Amino acid sequence: MNQSKRYLTSLLAVLFFLVLVTGCKKKQPTPPPPPPPAPKPVTATLTANPASIERGQSSTLTWSTENADQITLDGKAVDASGSQSVSPTQTTTYHLSATGKAGTQTADAQIAVTVPPPPPVAPPPPPPPNDDAIFAQNVQDIYFDYDKFDLRADSQQALARAAQAISQHPNWKVRIEGNCDERGSTEYNLTLGENRANAAKQALTQAGVTESQLQTISYGKEKPVCTEANDDCWQKNRHDHFVLIH
Amino acid sequence: MLKRLLTAIVVLAGFSLTVSAQDWIRTGTNRGAPIRMAVPDFRPFNNDPQTPALNTVFNQTLWNDLDNSGIFEMVAKSFYPLLVPGSPTEVNLDAWGNPPPNASMLAFGNLSVASNRVVVQGWLFDTKNAASPQVLGKQYNEDATADNARLIAHRFADEIIFRLGGGIPGVAESKIYFVSSRSGHKEIWAMDYDGAGQKQLTQLNSVALSPRISPDNSRIAFSALGQDSWQIKMYSLDLGRQIAFPHFGGDNFSPAWSSDGSKLAWSSSSSSGDPDIFITGADGSGTRRLTSIKGPDVSPVFNPKTNSQIAWVSGHNGLPQIYLMDADGSNVQQITSEGYAVSPAWSPNGLLLAFAWTRHYGPGIPGGQDIYIMDIASRQFVQLTHDAGKNDFPSWSPDGRHIVFQSTRGGSEQIWTMLADGTHQQQLTRDGRNSQPNWSFR
Repeated sequence: MNQSKRYLTSLLAVLFFLVLVTGCKKKQPTPPPPPPPAPKPVTATLTANPASIERGQSSTLTWSTENADQITLDGKAVDASGSQSVSPTQTTTYHLSATGKAGTQTADAQIAVTVPPPPPVAPPPPPPPNDDAIFAQNVQDIYFDYDKFDLRADSQQALARAAQAISQHPNWKVRIEGNCDERGSTEYNLTLGENRANAAKQALTQAGVTESQLQTISYGKEKPVCTEANDDCWQKNRHDHFVLIH
Repeated sequence: MLKRLLTAIVVLAGFSLTVSAQDWIRTGTNRGAPIRMAVPDFRPFNNDPQTPALNTVFNQTLWNDLDNSGIFEMVAKSFYPLLVPGSPTEVNLDAWGNPPPNASMLAFGNLSVASNRVVVQGWLFDTKNAASPQVLGKQYNEDATADNARLIAHRFADEIIFRLGGGIPGVAESKIYFVSSRSGHKEIWAMDYDGAGQKQLTQLNSVALSPRISPDNSRIAFSALGQDSWQIKMYSLDLGRQIAFPHFGGDNFSPAWSSDGSKLAWSSSSSSGDPDIFITGADGSGTRRLTSIKGPDVSPVFNPKTNSQIAWVSGHNGLPQIYLMDADGSNVQQITSEGYAVSPAWSPNGLLLAFAWTRHYGPGIPGGQDIYIMDIASRQFVQLTHDAGKNDFPSWSPDGRHIVFQSTRGGSEQIWTMLADGTHQQQLTRDGRNSQPNWSFR
């Protein structure tokens, strides 16, 4: 009994199938059908919100398309519609392209990027020491006793340090300026200052400085750094001053 | 030469060059008593509007020249007779030769200006020689300017001084060269021996020092600070501009002429960086080093009598002292041996050195820097300035009767003159700071 039922069901299905198939075949001789309806037009929109940002901020691109099967945003395939956050560093135009059966539609959206005013300037990091700074730090004035041109112990120390710095910079040219206080006689002081400059030059060359890096001049008492008539001031004026010549 | 020798006698006779302990010496610079000289104002001889002004300049200059000479005792004008002579016929010899004026000599004359020329007639009369009183009669005629009125007075004064001063030419027409900072920089300046007519010569806008006039008055050697060294420079008075002189290495200071103008000595650090005395031809050729002593060597000066010796300053033993050597560098002798002695100046007769000396030098020891003169043969010395600022850079007048020097006694460095016995000190400059005077050779 079950078998006969199953047989009947199959038979009915076949009959139904035949009806369907023969039914279709029967239409073939009928006049050609009207042309298929024209494909729906492709649409594409792209917006940026906000359209203007400061550098470092972000903006949202929102797009939607219709009737397209190939959609790219700036050349990358994307869904038919969606949104994306972007953070361009400069003014940028985004380009949406949607291609469907009806063709290709494009849409552009621009995000204007403005440069924010510079933040309050932090003090710039100190520049790497240059020749002037190295010179000033290592080659310092030396001082003399009254009417003397021999080097005091403190001057010898200073000159040892100076010699090292000058030797390490073979491109340096250094002028040694010998000076005296106001008390001596003009002409005698000129030669005393000469001996003071020369004393420093001799010490520097003995410490390894190339002689051609050094030149000497005396200013006698013609160029005092201090003009008061007291011991303090006189000591300041009894000195060798060193100048880095550029 | 003979004249220079005479100067020596004249100067030396006046000094009691006794032991150095006697510091205060007041003596005249001539033998015996000075000649009593009366110089009434010259009479204006016409009414040209320029006459009074030029006559005033002339009278002042003539009086000062004779007063400065050191050989006259100027009779004060208050003793003069009422009638002032303008020509020989107007002279009453007795009125001048007897008291109150009691003058031995009378210089008088007249001045007039016509057609823009100034004409001066001047006479010198010996009041004690009634038979033949005229010693001198001169006439001068120049463009009518104040400078020329001064010049004529200088010439007439020099004539008088030549006649009455042992045949030694006067110095009223000589010049003094010096350093002045009144323009803002130390430049070389010139003036008449009495301080008149000061004018700037160099315009280097740097530092110009140590002017030394050549014996023929044609050039000034000096030292100037250049870009990177001190160099000896040469200024031509004939051309009114600087002329070429060779560039030496190192720093170069304190030039000095030989009295024949053929050589220069100076201090240079060109050989080793250590300053030494060098000698060269007047054109800078044939250079030779004379010293090779470690330490300052500077301020050479030739013996103008022989040019065979040089005095200079050396600091090789500590404080600067004065030394002598032969002009080839041999025979070194130390002249001073204490204190701080600088700036030697050799007298025209070759016998004396003037120099600046802080004799008692040392911490806490009071002592000024003063001008001294030393008799080279005996090493006896006389102090000429006393208790009056710092005095430096003496330079002798051509007749050996005067010394010009710088002094700070008025607060700032200024130029002063005095007779070679230290009397008659007077200030010549007042504007700015003025230093390193150098008196012309003639």
